[in-house]
Amino acid sequence: MILAQETQTPNRTPDDAGERLQKVSRAAYRIRHHALTMGEVQGQGYVGQALGAADMLAAVYADQLRFRADDPEWEERDRFLLSTGHYAIGHYAALAEAGIIPVKELETYGSDDSRLPMSGMSTYTPGMEISGGSLGHGLTIAVGMALGLRYQGSTARIYNFLSDGELDEGSTWEAAMGAHHHQLGNLTAMVDINALQADGRTDTVLRTEPVTEKWEAFGWHTQRVDGNDMAALLAAFDNAASQAAAVGRPSVILCDTKVGRGVPLLEDREKAHFMRIEEHEWQLCRQQLTAGFERTAGK
Amino acid sequence: MSTAIAPKLKTSAMIASFADPGQKTASAPFGHALVKAAQENDRIVGLTADLGKYTDMHIFAQAFPERFFQMGMAEQLLFGAAAGLAETGLVPFASTYSVFAARRAYDFLCLDSAEPNLNVNIVGGLPGLTTGYGPSHQATEDMAIFRGMPNLTIVDPCDSVDIEQSVPQLAASDGPTYLRLLRGNVPTVLDEYDYTFELGKAKVLRGGNDVVFISSGLMTMRALQAAKALEAHKVDVAVVHAPTIKPFDAETILAELNTDRLAITLENHSVVGGLFETVASSIVTAGLGKRVVPVALPDEFLDAGALPTLHERYGLSVERIAAKVLAELS
Repeated sequence: MILAQETQTPNRTPDDAGERLQKVSRAAYRIRHHALTMGEVQGQGYVGQALGAADMLAAVYADQLRFRADDPEWEERDRFLLSTGHYAIGHYAALAEAGIIPVKELETYGSDDSRLPMSGMSTYTPGMEISGGSLGHGLTIAVGMALGLRYQGSTARIYNFLSDGELDEGSTWEAAMGAHHHQLGNLTAMVDINALQADGRTDTVLRTEPVTEKWEAFGWHTQRVDGNDMAALLAAFDNAASQAAAVGRPSVILCDTKVGRGVPLLEDREKAHFMRIEEHEWQLCRQQLTAGFERTAGK
Repeated sequence: MSTAIAPKLKTSAMIASFADPGQKTASAPFGHALVKAAQENDRIVGLTADLGKYTDMHIFAQAFPERFFQMGMAEQLLFGAAAGLAETGLVPFASTYSVFAARRAYDFLCLDSAEPNLNVNIVGGLPGLTTGYGPSHQATEDMAIFRGMPNLTIVDPCDSVDIEQSVPQLAASDGPTYLRLLRGNVPTVLDEYDYTFELGKAKVLRGGNDVVFISSGLMTMRALQAAKALEAHKVDVAVVHAPTIKPFDAETILAELNTDRLAITLENHSVVGGLFETVASSIVTAGLGKRVVPVALPDEFLDAGALPTLHERYGLSVERIAAKVLAELS
């Protein structure tokens, strides 16, 4: 049994590839576990998205990001910008996994006077760099941060997490153009392509494909991977890092993910932006998550 | 012999000067003030959305090319990136036309800069009726749009003196600010008065027993000219300049209004949501039953044409102001 409360040194990459994969996979498992616990407290929430994006968040917080858990404002930290404010449930789980906020505090998610509101805001939560939620903002702010940090001689990297729904927003493409124009090699965008948005499947709401060709046409170093395949995610980050330069092409990792990933009960449920889970199902979800994890990476 | 017909005035270049012929002016006061401020504060950076030359930002870009960022014709990116620069501790001044800042990029200013209370300084060209290009370029309701944004400081400068003195104060103030830019050859007016710009303060420029003008922006210049013109009619006019629209110096204004003088507000902005309504809400809040007559643009989409024609048509000219005062007093 792997304890959800287990702690690790989050931002240190083991030399051994197998050890590294296992470390990050465990982090992803715990992020999912946390998200289910938070969802149960609220009785609802964006649990489906959190489960789908947990591997991306784990790869960032347990492997890529340079930060100090006890000093979230550390000047030399890498910046992780959550553009999709409603994914905050997943982000809070990752912040707890990283040791930036206490695991215990996750129980306050979405409650009055909590530091963990339903939609993520920088003014509420340590480690939350921006107030997302109005979609299409994150990448524009990321461009400014990348310019500002590079101008000041910082080697920090900027990671912007956005969703495929945000590709509907014109501002995302203004920023994509700007990042390429200014050769922001210190900027990495991660797009969660779960093919789902508020009113239904992305291809029925506003067709965004071909997504890969769009980013390539905007001049970005573009990779598309299975966003629930941790080995593929880590390889994509390594690949992006190998071509990165302070002045160079910005990088995008397009991640195809599955809503509800890791919990068969939810993976098979009709996909909805706001997934309804019955009171008696939460424990079952956690059991399915743990059983699945122990069968695979936990072995 | 044919009858001579006076040629009609023509809409001049995009940014027409509203300086009177022979009036003392300063060239690109904003650009030069920003360069001066940046020499003393190395955290100041500049950016624009393909309007550097039209907002006097090019002066800064030439002086500090490594501190200037061209964002292209992309106003959402302009203000999102300005917030990102501020998040890294820099002090950005981001310029475009007021119409694009207020109408097109509002969400980005509101959530990325105002909500986290970042030191992002919005510089908006062509405020109110300062171009003859019509509603696409005339920001007649920019203050009405921006006044509802929490944390935002709004400055409506009169002339080159206001601009030169306000820029370093805007850089030094913590939260986001909006400057209604006057660019190109900007009249120099306030140097003849015992005046200095103080962020958040209204100042009495001249006293008068019959009428009190409360004005902001370029209408303070017109107010002073109208006050002089009314001397010939034996009308004694006070002029109070209120360049900071938000936070508003209600204390100074209410003290001036709490007399039996005829009170008139003058603004280069729609009668809806600008200086007039700011003054009116201060009066009501204080329980003062004082009538105020607005000189402001009508609540309409305005015509295209030459600026002198339009200022006369919509009541911003000195002649129209003086006539309005005399009609009120008669």
